[in-house]
Amino acid sequence: MGIMSKIIPSAAKLLATNTIPKSAVSIVPITAKYSTKNEATFEIKPYKLHKLEKGPATSATLTAEDAIKIYEKLAVLRRIETAAGNLYKEKIIRGFCHLYSGQEAVAVGMRTAMRDADSVITAYRCHGWTYLMGVSTVGVLAELTGRKSGCSRGKGGSMHLYGRNFYGGNGIVGAQVPLGAGVAFAHKYNGDGGVNFALYGDGAANQGQLYEAYNMAKLWNLPCVFVCENNGYGMGTSVDRSSASTEYYSRGDYIPGIWVDGMDVLATREATRFAIDYCTSGKGPLLMEMETYRYSGHSMSDPGTSYRTRDEVQEVRQTRDPITSFKEKIISNELATPDQLKEIDTRVRKEVEEATKIAKSDSEIDLEELSGDVYYNNLESEIRGVCPDTPLQHIEVVARN
Amino acid sequence: MALKSSPVVFDLVTRLTRRCFSTSKAVSSKLVTVRDALNQAIDEEMERDEKVFVMGEEVAQYDGAYKVTRGLWKKYGDKRVIDTPITEAGFAGIAVGAAFAGLKPICEFMTFNFSMQAIDHIINSAAKTFYMSAGTVPVPIVFRGPNGAAAGVAAQHSQCFGAWFMHCPGLKVVMPYSAEDAKGLLKAAIRDPDPVVVLENEMLYGVPFPMSDEALSKDFVLPIGKAKIERAGDHVTVVCAGRTTETALQAANELAGKGIECEVINLRSLRPLDFDTIAESVRKTHHLITVEQGWPNCGVGAEICARVMESASFFELDAPAWRVTGADVPMPYAAALEARALPAPHHVVAAAAAVLGNRISEAVN
Repeated sequence: MGIMSKIIPSAAKLLATNTIPKSAVSIVPITAKYSTKNEATFEIKPYKLHKLEKGPATSATLTAEDAIKIYEKLAVLRRIETAAGNLYKEKIIRGFCHLYSGQEAVAVGMRTAMRDADSVITAYRCHGWTYLMGVSTVGVLAELTGRKSGCSRGKGGSMHLYGRNFYGGNGIVGAQVPLGAGVAFAHKYNGDGGVNFALYGDGAANQGQLYEAYNMAKLWNLPCVFVCENNGYGMGTSVDRSSASTEYYSRGDYIPGIWVDGMDVLATREATRFAIDYCTSGKGPLLMEMETYRYSGHSMSDPGTSYRTRDEVQEVRQTRDPITSFKEKIISNELATPDQLKEIDTRVRKEVEEATKIAKSDSEIDLEELSGDVYYNNLESEIRGVCPDTPLQHIEVVARN
Repeated sequence: MALKSSPVVFDLVTRLTRRCFSTSKAVSSKLVTVRDALNQAIDEEMERDEKVFVMGEEVAQYDGAYKVTRGLWKKYGDKRVIDTPITEAGFAGIAVGAAFAGLKPICEFMTFNFSMQAIDHIINSAAKTFYMSAGTVPVPIVFRGPNGAAAGVAAQHSQCFGAWFMHCPGLKVVMPYSAEDAKGLLKAAIRDPDPVVVLENEMLYGVPFPMSDEALSKDFVLPIGKAKIERAGDHVTVVCAGRTTETALQAANELAGKGIECEVINLRSLRPLDFDTIAESVRKTHHLITVEQGWPNCGVGAEICARVMESASFFELDAPAWRVTGADVPMPYAAALEARALPAPHHVVAAAAAVLGNRISEAVN
């Protein structure tokens, strides 16, 4: 599970503030009337490399501006998931709801390094990614509650959210990986320079179709980065019980791989920068394993305590939380002040609260949309309803090109 | 069955040219095999739209397992005609992902039996995505390849997937018979912004059909969801698709000799199913038979009969509708058993006799 899990809280705190002091110059930036430094540099936990001579940068420079941006994103993701959890307990979200709390550093760090042309596809633990790829908090939460302001108009639900260069949100474990390789294929075919990030969990890591995708991605030099979010458990099954090899970063075999500390947003950012550089220099696909942790169970139906101890969960919260540790880093390196971050927290909470209100009060789409957009180009005058005498009419809701 | 031997082909061709009065402008026509018609369709659409590409096993350097993609790799190269490893789940997923991102893949299954390995991508990734995304992610993909029984390929290589795919909303499913069908429907499928399953038939690939100038032109497209009346008749409606169209037409010839005129409807598409054409025909004939090679349970014929039951067509029938289908067993290898497992013209003739109430005493033997 990694060396960090055994470190006592106080020692962890010490390690988190490990810095290499940069220049002594302290120009106060115009925007941040609180922070005292422009930037700071941080050491990153060593990566593990598979079939790579050189890996990502082991130290990262962070500007005050970026620190704030990253912090805000982390905060939003945590808030959205907390709100979703509460909505589920109130039975306003139904069906499945898979929370990302604890894994924020993976998505935020990756997104920070991604460029406009890059694309993402992931599985069902996708709410945070949806937000990061440009959908508003209302668009995410209202989709979870099935209302018309949801980014899929409430027709998709928690596993089927989409956005610009973001291909979901996929319900079938592992399916998103060949799909991602296909998006990468399109990047290459179109020559747009983009890279696709295809994310999957430790549970999906044993799926056969992943190996089929790895094979074709390598054969055809596809600009695809396969990212395993290893949170230690595939639903209720720990990695040791599901995988003959838990070195997920090496499972791509002939595809080089990197193990990354997924709780460190700067590590995930640097690794992603490296990955983009690697894929766009014609070297083909890359595999990254980001070791992370989820506080919740697999989904809201799983308390998450039958297969792991509460102590374990608590320990990670106290010693390795991605947001707490990032917060401590930037405060102790004077990239931000506690008040500044408190302001952000307040603002984010307010935004998510308002989005939650809308997600609760907004109405569902009209019933006629049951038969809306089944086809881009519908050919039938009627769609069979439940009974032969109550046919439905196909309607085009989204504007066609 | 030795379909490819010259006396059989010659016989078939002369029979075909005699009975195919219903193809467009039979006056000036050229004989084109179904294989060549499919090849033309893919070639023309690749030329027309750069986003169209072909992916599948042996489609490129081998010229296609059944030579449907012959010459395309030479013409378009590695970028657009791509040989895949034998990994259907993987390459179907890649093809669908490419469609998500705006390309127009033609994903070939060497036979549709192998599509079962990829069926999650066909249904869950392709068919449902436009709806789940509330119209934001179209999936303009074509899945094509030979479907159903061939000759002597036994149980695992002989299944008809018409019923399985036509079951699912979000898909369109076509089953061409003639060369004109093949070209027009495949072109329509490639141009269609939705996922389309094109169920071809290996036994038809080598069969030549007359194609009019119109059908040979680069813009010839057939509408998906519209059936074709191959032969008009007043006494019994015979609905078929793909290879069973041949079976039905042969039966119709035999029955004509006995004074029974069949209206043979070649569905061309399984989804949408052109029920209007069937209903109009039943209003005229008052008798209905369906013919398919697939298994009877929940098959194409079952769907047609159910729709008849639930519509005004029920009251037009003078007798119950009958389905002629493949036998409800896995396909055997032994030749005589294999023949017994599939509908032949005499089965259709016997069904007509049953449905028409034994008007032909000698038909049943």
